[in-house]
Amino acid sequence: MELLKKLEILTDAAKYDVACTSSGVDRAGEPGKLGSAVAAGICHSFSADGRCISLLKVLMSNACVYNCAYCVNRRENEGRRASFTPEELCSLTMNFYRRNYIEGLFLSSAVVKSPDHTCGLMLRALQKLREDEGFRGYIHVKAIPGADPVLVERLGLYADRMSVNIELPSQKSLGLLAPEKTKETILAPMGQICQGIQENASDLARYKKAPRFVPAGQSTQMIVGASPETDRQILLLTEGLYRRYRLKRVFFSAYMPVVNHRNLPAKDTPPPLLREHRLYQADWLLRFYGFQAKEILEEEQPDFNPLLDPKCNWAVNHMEHFPVEVNRAPYEMLLRVPGIGVKSAQRIVQARRYTALDQMALKRLGVVLKRARFFLTCKGKSLSPLQTDNPLVIAGAIGEGRVFQQGLSGGEQLSLFAPQKEDKVKCLTGQI
Amino acid sequence: MSYRTNIVYRYDGSFQGFLCCVFQCFAQKELPCAIEPWDASQETLFPVRTVETVLEEAERVARSIPKKMSPEAYELVRTVFLSCLEEKEQKLLRFLLMGYRLGPKAVKMTSEETVHVLHKAALHLANEAHLLLGFLRFSDFGGFLAAEISPKNNVLPKIAPHFCGRFSGENFLIWDKTHKLGFIHQKTGEYRFFEADKIELPEPDETELAYRELWREFYETIAIEGRKNPKLRRTHMPMRYWPEMTEFQQEPY
Ligand code: SF4
Repeated sequence: MELLKKLEILTDAAKYDVACTSSGVDRAGEPGKLGSAVAAGICHSFSADGRCISLLKVLMSNACVYNCAYCVNRRENEGRRASFTPEELCSLTMNFYRRNYIEGLFLSSAVVKSPDHTCGLMLRALQKLREDEGFRGYIHVKAIPGADPVLVERLGLYADRMSVNIELPSQKSLGLLAPEKTKETILAPMGQICQGIQENASDLARYKKAPRFVPAGQSTQMIVGASPETDRQILLLTEGLYRRYRLKRVFFSAYMPVVNHRNLPAKDTPPPLLREHRLYQADWLLRFYGFQAKEILEEEQPDFNPLLDPKCNWAVNHMEHFPVEVNRAPYEMLLRVPGIGVKSAQRIVQARRYTALDQMALKRLGVVLKRARFFLTCKGKSLSPLQTDNPLVIAGAIGEGRVFQQGLSGGEQLSLFAPQKEDKVKCLTGQI
Repeated sequence: MSYRTNIVYRYDGSFQGFLCCVFQCFAQKELPCAIEPWDASQETLFPVRTVETVLEEAERVARSIPKKMSPEAYELVRTVFLSCLEEKEQKLLRFLLMGYRLGPKAVKMTSEETVHVLHKAALHLANEAHLLLGFLRFSDFGGFLAAEISPKNNVLPKIAPHFCGRFSGENFLIWDKTHKLGFIHQKTGEYRFFEADKIELPEPDETELAYRELWREFYETIAIEGRKNPKLRRTHMPMRYWPEMTEFQQEPY
């Protein structure tokens, strides 16, 4: 088969994967060798759906022996099959990289023959890139559940980031929709990678020359909307994964029906983009704003408010903490004010050392006053044009009524994917 | 200070030249109402002072900034000078006068208009530089890589080190059409900036055409049809960068 055709098939099969960031590791170039890595990540292009293109995101092969219900590559699905040879993949990556099309490679695969066989193919490709070609660009590789731990370990020595897809938010859904996979086969490599990273850190502390194992850390992704879990369950699971496996990122992917199956939403169900968007917002609160999952969604209200983003939602329901005085409030509290982000909170803390801030100053520092004014005082004066004793009034004033309607009519405006948002914010603030 | 204000300064457009304007402003005890590069100058009713670039004077000003203010302030001034901020010389001068008066804290007073506009311009430049790290496209002309860009800000000095590190084993050239500034790097490690109104590139060979085609195929395929979002794409990747990006180019057959 022609290379162009293969590329088309194996890109098409990989495109639903959402985790396409090139961030988390700084590696300078080396004289005579090709490539470097930048911790903030670099987007090389944006596709027609508005997502960042940073890595050559392809499958090694889409000829799967498994039969997961939600997947186009499943054994029983008819369709075109293709596989790259390790050589083809290596020269494609090198040539794209030299022309500055990409930041590196994101390699995943269907299960060809067996998990071990698949892992072996991927390993050969990475080995060629790193050892034969001396490639120093970014590599993200997916561990195949069920593969020999020795192979996973070796992949990890070539890769910057590894991920294992958790796929679905509960064991029950997994059993129903992905019968060949189990919680154990997924969590085992996740635990192994997590442990490998920690051991590597202590090796590195002892000998500087120890080979680096997955320096940009581990991430995972799960499908939202293919199974019946609540937003609260998903968010608690997310928080648990961050804590237990020290993941760098959890990605969410709104389920896009590609096949008809009795255990899945009908084929014409639109993907739950608003829900995905809210999950990313909440994930942001977990990682950068000091929130806990159980604060963001309480038991009585286990799903997101479609009209308010999770931070506004929390604030409106906790008016007892507000208003706060901009010139005195601690940084942690500023972060909880709707309309103040990480960057503007930092700027406030810096600027108020020199001058007392007024409303104009806040605007210059990047505070979104439209929302923030209901929760702030400036030099003791409230900025709110409304009485703040009725949460419903405030909710109405800062809600996303307009956005929500757009959401109902097609949902196009809502598909804010998280990856490039991460990259964007990070290049401004240098977070993580 | 500020004694005489109805005078226009003209200088050679270089950073050193600008520092000499600052020097003159102290030496002559005057605050010019405009500072313009020679080539961009317009007719004016005001008297004109032509400021010669004297490296020694430039040096003195350059040393005084980190000393009287902070290294950060100096970095800000250098960066903003590369930016496309309108009347940047005038705005930088205003900031420097403030800085000589207030010392190290001046650069941190971001809620002041004078300081705020500079930070904004620097951020605009930094953002454009960051975007071009990704959007810049090389073509391979038989072992020699070449790229053209047309940024609003003069970002080439900011982005060149990144490419030197990443492509250390390559011969490459980047040419900024807007500022008519080029950068050339050889795999031996030598590099230099040069000025050129035009550069001529050879025709791409078959291998080059094949990889362009593969990249366009990848670009088209990776998008999810059900989630088309032209507005979001334009927000992240403004259309003015498109003409120089391989994925938006059509080969003539
Ligand atoms: S193992 Fe992966 S590729 Fe194969 S059917 Fe399941 S999800 Fe699809």
